[in-house]
Parts: sequence; structure tokens; C-alpha cells
Amino acid sequence: MDIARIRDQFPILKQEIHGHPLVYLDSAATSQKPAAVIEAIREYYEHSNSNVHRGVHTLGSRATEAYEGAREKIAKFIGAPQPETVIFTRGTTSAINLVAHGYARIVLQPGDEIVLTMLEHHSNLIPWQQAAKAAGAKLKYVPLQQDGTIRIEDLDAVVTERTKIVAMTHASNVMGTVNPIKEAARIAHKHGAKIVVDGAQSAPHMSIDVQDLDCDFFAFSGHKMCGPTGIGVLYGKKELLEQMEPVEFGGEMIDHVDLHESTWKELPWKFEGGTPIIAGAVGLAAAVDFLEEIGMDNIRRHEQQIVNYAMDELAKVPDLKIYGPKERSGLITFNLGNIHPHDVATVLDSEGVAVRAGHHCCQPLMRWLGVAATARASFYLYNNEEDVDRLVKALLKTKEYFGHAIG
Amino acid sequence: MQLDDLYRRVIMDHYQRPRNRGKLAGDAVTVELNNPSCGDRITLQMDLSSDGIVRDVKFEGEGCSISMASASMMTDAIKGKHLEDALEMAQDFSSMMKGDYKEFDYEDIESLSGVSKFPARIRCATLAWNALRKGAEQRQTKA
Repeated sequence: MDIARIRDQFPILKQEIHGHPLVYLDSAATSQKPAAVIEAIREYYEHSNSNVHRGVHTLGSRATEAYEGAREKIAKFIGAPQPETVIFTRGTTSAINLVAHGYARIVLQPGDEIVLTMLEHHSNLIPWQQAAKAAGAKLKYVPLQQDGTIRIEDLDAVVTERTKIVAMTHASNVMGTVNPIKEAARIAHKHGAKIVVDGAQSAPHMSIDVQDLDCDFFAFSGHKMCGPTGIGVLYGKKELLEQMEPVEFGGEMIDHVDLHESTWKELPWKFEGGTPIIAGAVGLAAAVDFLEEIGMDNIRRHEQQIVNYAMDELAKVPDLKIYGPKERSGLITFNLGNIHPHDVATVLDSEGVAVRAGHHCCQPLMRWLGVAATARASFYLYNNEEDVDRLVKALLKTKEYFGHAIG
Repeated sequence: MQLDDLYRRVIMDHYQRPRNRGKLAGDAVTVELNNPSCGDRITLQMDLSSDGIVRDVKFEGEGCSISMASASMMTDAIKGKHLEDALEMAQDFSSMMKGDYKEFDYEDIESLSGVSKFPARIRCATLAWNALRKGAEQRQTKA
């Protein structure tokens, strides 16, 4: 992988922050966009913009082809068997909410169980809390090991015949844990439950095959994988999506409308009420082209190299505590001595290094860790060893700056 | 970008040796407030006389140097003051966060003026002051 060539395709990286070249280490929050994606969106608005599925005119056909072409491309990207199993949503959050409303609420009975892990992002936690409350179901949690991993035997012990749904992140946005989804799916299915996978932190970074994983639902966001904000995907097994009722009603999703009754379009459109996120889908398709040209396995390998290098280099920073397992995705969550992560992030920013500080939308996990907040450096295909060196240097500066004050 | 604009010596002093940290016994106005975007949180307690004087005030919380130093200063500044004057101070503090120059009887607070140059940190500095406002509202609804 020619990182210099890849970096060159991200216009935003060519700027200085407070007099230093930008080191962007917050891709787990949102990734940067290559010129090809920005260009595809511009090209769409300049040449094809129109509404989809209804225009008889030429632009209407172009826009429809672009939108449905994007769906086909994304279906292939995740190994989905049919394009109609790919529903466009606003992002991972709305994808999971769609399952929690459209599926969970029709299958959950009082006393049923939803099984989650302690790793879940609020977006894969609160929709289930709400669904459980509405149905009189209860939430159960798979405990974490000391290093932030889960054991498959613990999952097997928590899931029972009353479990209807297992909701699990593929890769933790805090610990970097990569969960064994294939095995988890097997356990869920053994007990007659369905598995919903939060792929927000995995789809951008590794090759995904939803059929091989055998997951029932898989949700991810475009903006974390070089695509624009405002577009995401819910993949679902066809028979499950067919069982589900729409959640949003209106134009575009109907078949026949009467004064008192209406019927819905077939998949996937029954879930896409209103004018869809056409330019977003076009941008996401361009992002998929961009990623596939480099190769998801190459991206994964590169991130592993960078994260391993970073783990070695960060070990040289005194009082740096790193959370999570040894085997991890491309991110490192840490705290520096007693210095609050906001203060760390502010000093790093003054050195041009962008990291995330806070609870990372994982308040229960923060409590489990016994901290109020952490800092996080997350890597992507455009990061190099120099970025890691700059991070380490800035952390040493932070230590020095606060050294006298806090120690 | 000058870090020293943000982290003045007096701020670090309040952060390391917070004034009025702890709990009040008895029937104090108690406010819990957090900053949902970052996880900082504060519990503010005020013992108010019937005519609105802040007889005593304490806080507990978790947060960065700016949020905890600001809480330390705010509590020290309002102690013995009338709630109305404390709210006026809160107003001045908000103006200072927008970049307006303000003077405070309790001069340490002026050391936080540099926060206005760090937009992401303004909500850290204002957390304790928002708790003060919320406490005043609570008292009003009770009365």
C-alpha cells in the first residue's frame, strides 16, 4: 500500500492546524473523504440530480440508476445475496432503530429477553432499552473479561430460550475488541434468537461477508468509511425484512393508497419513505469503489501495522494507561496519568494532533472501566508511522506541560 | 495558539486544591448537572437563607481542569452573596465566554477569560455556572 499516494487523495489532510501539519487520529468518529467521493457527489448534482423512481425524463432515469446502482454495489461489498436486502438509512443509529421498531416490536413478548454486551455504543443500547420497555421484555448483558473481550461460553450461558434478539457490536469503538460474530450467530440461532450486528467500526476496516457471518441484521454508516454523512445501511435477511412493518410512512414507500387503507411497496422500498438520500448513496458507492481498489484486506493489514507500531511507541510514554485487548482493531483508547482527557486533547490539538476525548457514547462501559472519560486515537488507511510519532511527541509535551501542575 | 492562555497558574491551583469541595448536611438546594457530550458532571449544593443569601455552598464532581477549577472559583465567589448578585455574576461569566472583557470582585475568575479562545472548552467552564442557574430556578419553583 502506497500511503503517500493514498494521503495525496485526501484534500483535508493537506492543511496545518495551529502551525502544524494536521495529524488526524479521529477516524472512528468520522473518516475523511477522498477527492473521488467529493467529486462523485459534485458530479451527481451537476449532471444527474433528480428524484428517483418517478421521473419519466432522462435525469429521473439517471438518478434512479445511480441510486439503485449504489445499492447493488454496496450489497456486493458486504456479500449480501440480493440488492433488496440493503436498506438505505441515515446511518447506523437509524438502521438499528429500524430493527428495534420494525422487527423487535413485532416479535417481543412480555418476559422475552434481549442480550447485549457491555461494549455497546449508546446507538446499540438505547433502541433496545426502549423496545424492551415497550414490550415488557428485559435486557441481559454478557460480562466482559478484564481485557475487554467477551467469552463465547459466557454468551452461551446468558442466551436462553426466552432470548429473541442478541445485539452485538462487531468492533468496539472504545476497546478495539473485535467480537467473534460468526460464533455468536451460531449461539443465537441455537437458542432460536436473531443476531443484530453493529458494524459501524468494522465495515470501514475489514472485509465483511454477511452470509459467512450468518448475521440476521448488519448495520453500518457511510461516513466512517470515506463516504458522506447522512447515509448508512441496514442489511437484513430477506425473510426477516419481509416480516417487518415499515416505520416511516409517506411517499415513495407505497403500493396502493386508498382513503382508509394503503399497501406497501416490496423490499427494499417499503422502508425508504420520502425522497431518499440519493447523493449520499452515490457518495457511498464512490467510497466503496475507492476502498475496493485498495483492497479491504490491505487496509486491515495496514491498520494492524500502524496500531502495533503505536502500541510499541506509546509504551515509551510514562504513566500512559491503555485500555482493551492485545488483539484489536485500529484504535487505542488511553488515559495519561491523572490528566483529564479533555486537557490531553486540547494540548494535542495545539500540536495539530486530533484525537477524541470523552465517554465515546459508551457511558456504561466507562463506568465498567471506572473512569469518567478517556482519550482515543483511531487510525485509518491514510495514517502513517509519522502520525504515530507526532502523537507520542505531543503526549510527552502534554506530560511536561501538566507535569508540574498535576504530576 | 497559546496553551498558557488557557491554563493559567491560578486555574491549575484551583484544580489541584479545589475550594468548597464536599457535601452540605441538611436541607440544601441540590443540583446535579452533567455535560452529556463529554461526561463531566457536578453536584452543587447551596444553603440559602430565607432572604436569598448563599450562606454556604459545596460541590462535588468529575471533570477536566477547566470545569473543576471553574466550579471551585464560582463557589468561592458566590459564598456570602445574594443569589441575585450570584446570577448577575453568572451573566457576566457568559459574556466573558463570548469574548467580552469583564471584571469580577473575585479576581481569579478573570483567569478563565482565555477559555473563550478555545470554543470546544467553553462548555467545560460554564458547567458549574449552569448548575448555579438551575439551583436558582429550583428555589423559585419551590417558593
